[in-house]
Amino acid sequence: MGKTFVEKVFSNKAGKDVKAGAIVSVEPDYVMSHDNAAAIYGTFKKIGVTRIKHPERVVIILDHEVPAPKESSAINHKEIRSFVKEQNIQNFFDINHGICHQIFTEQGFAMPGKLIVGSDSHTTTYGALGALSAGIGRSEVAAIWATGELWFSVPETLKIVINGIMPKYITPKDIALHVIGKIGSDGADYKAVEFSGDTIGRMTVPERMVLSNMAAEMGAKCGYTPPDHNTFDFLRGRAQSEFESLYSDDDAIYCDVLEFNVNDISPSVAKPHTVDNLASVKEVEGTKIDQALIGTCTNGRLEDLEEAAEILKGNKVKVRTLIIPASRTVYKEAVKNGTIETLIDAGAIIMNPGCGPCLGAHQGVMAPGEVTFSTANRNFKGRMGCRDAEIYLGSPITVALAALTGEITDPRREL
Amino acid sequence: MNSKFEGKVWKYGDNINTDVIFPGKYTYQKMEPEEMAKHALEDLDPDFISKVSEGDILVAGKNFGMGSSREQAAIAIKYSGINVIIARSFSRIYFRNAINAGMPAIIAPEAVDSINEGDRVVVDMESGKIITPKGEFTFPPYPATVMNILKKGGLINFIKSNI
Repeated sequence: MGKTFVEKVFSNKAGKDVKAGAIVSVEPDYVMSHDNAAAIYGTFKKIGVTRIKHPERVVIILDHEVPAPKESSAINHKEIRSFVKEQNIQNFFDINHGICHQIFTEQGFAMPGKLIVGSDSHTTTYGALGALSAGIGRSEVAAIWATGELWFSVPETLKIVINGIMPKYITPKDIALHVIGKIGSDGADYKAVEFSGDTIGRMTVPERMVLSNMAAEMGAKCGYTPPDHNTFDFLRGRAQSEFESLYSDDDAIYCDVLEFNVNDISPSVAKPHTVDNLASVKEVEGTKIDQALIGTCTNGRLEDLEEAAEILKGNKVKVRTLIIPASRTVYKEAVKNGTIETLIDAGAIIMNPGCGPCLGAHQGVMAPGEVTFSTANRNFKGRMGCRDAEIYLGSPITVALAALTGEITDPRREL
Repeated sequence: MNSKFEGKVWKYGDNINTDVIFPGKYTYQKMEPEEMAKHALEDLDPDFISKVSEGDILVAGKNFGMGSSREQAAIAIKYSGINVIIARSFSRIYFRNAINAGMPAIIAPEAVDSINEGDRVVVDMESGKIITPKGEFTFPPYPATVMNILKKGGLINFIKSNI
């Protein structure tokens, strides 16, 4: 009987054959954390160990509250900088870099076959590069810092097959929202998701990152895409180390296989207050919005900003429009190719790379009764800092178009 | 960790997410667990924290704790006085965070259906039994790794005792 991708990674790590359902204690290749590293360090010290066991496996990227919006955040950042020095952590990226998942990938830490964990639920993103990457809690990161290892249960795998040529105005975000709406926010709870199909095969790495990122919203442990020439091209000159690509065997056992055809998928929207509250954009057309947000670890890459700019070019936005490039590299590219100028001319506000308003910690907070249409991955009540506000989620295309009209608008009709 | 819990039930629905359990705006503020507890379920039921008493039991529908990896969502519930959560299912990271915080997260869909808010319920970890006013239900025992972490009162204590 063959093995799935995750069974292979955990078998490699455990040094013995393991199957779904087993519990193993293994050593991750990298452990990522962000602004919560200060709290993690506090927990680490309680364990009673003085040195991080493998500082070379630790990656810390400040992105959640950058630049510090208040004194307490500044103290947080200061503490992190101090112990980074003390523990000789080389892989540290200060507030001028960008969103952790983007930086981790741009810097080549996300590689095929690696086991990567992070104290952030969207750590699933690195599955786009063929890694097994999962979100964990803060104490778990502290435990890895101290001992190098952590317990995992080996998950079953749900295969999601996407076929068909993506029609115009359908993006990976629409596919993700559609799939989540169909299978529910717990549709892949405790499971590994493996993306497959000819649509995925044609996707670029940044496009695949949208799906792997959103795998967290299905409850998945990870969102793996089998590495191919697109993956290897992306990693050339970037990969931090050698890597071994791992693939599920042909006779591997999946707990389920779900097939979708992109021709059956409309531009999609998640309505308040859950990501699986799916609507086609047509069903919510005319919903007035107060704020548009284009960015975040889901949709803040160059392609996303370019799609928005194409729609906004030569026009003026009707609502406050916040644009957040996912990283300094994305920002610079978007400046160089004129995308940023187009967005500024349209009246958008360009913010510094980071998580921005997505989690409600600072920036772009709404007043009660207001509505934001966002390219982020979550629309839970209170998510953006106000429990009496509403969040709709969509693709950069639908959000940019709504910024222009002031209401949710079907791109198939307007463009 | 005790092996037996008895308490009054507070019951909530499906898909209770981490943002309503412990709002994101507090996530990067340094807080002691007692302070976190003051915000437990703040955006779902602002009265929860004034109603709950030490030893109470939280019962919820499917996918409890979906969303963020924030550990405070488990710690806030624990320090509000809740000793054990029974749900139809848990989100993966929340389940881990609860165990790692030393708070049993028990998957027992049939028990959840039969329990009403205000019921007094007994949970016996050793025998894997939940005793409710409407009858007795069983749940599968935890794997040894998980049980050992709970017995030590959470992951950090577990590691301390193993170093």
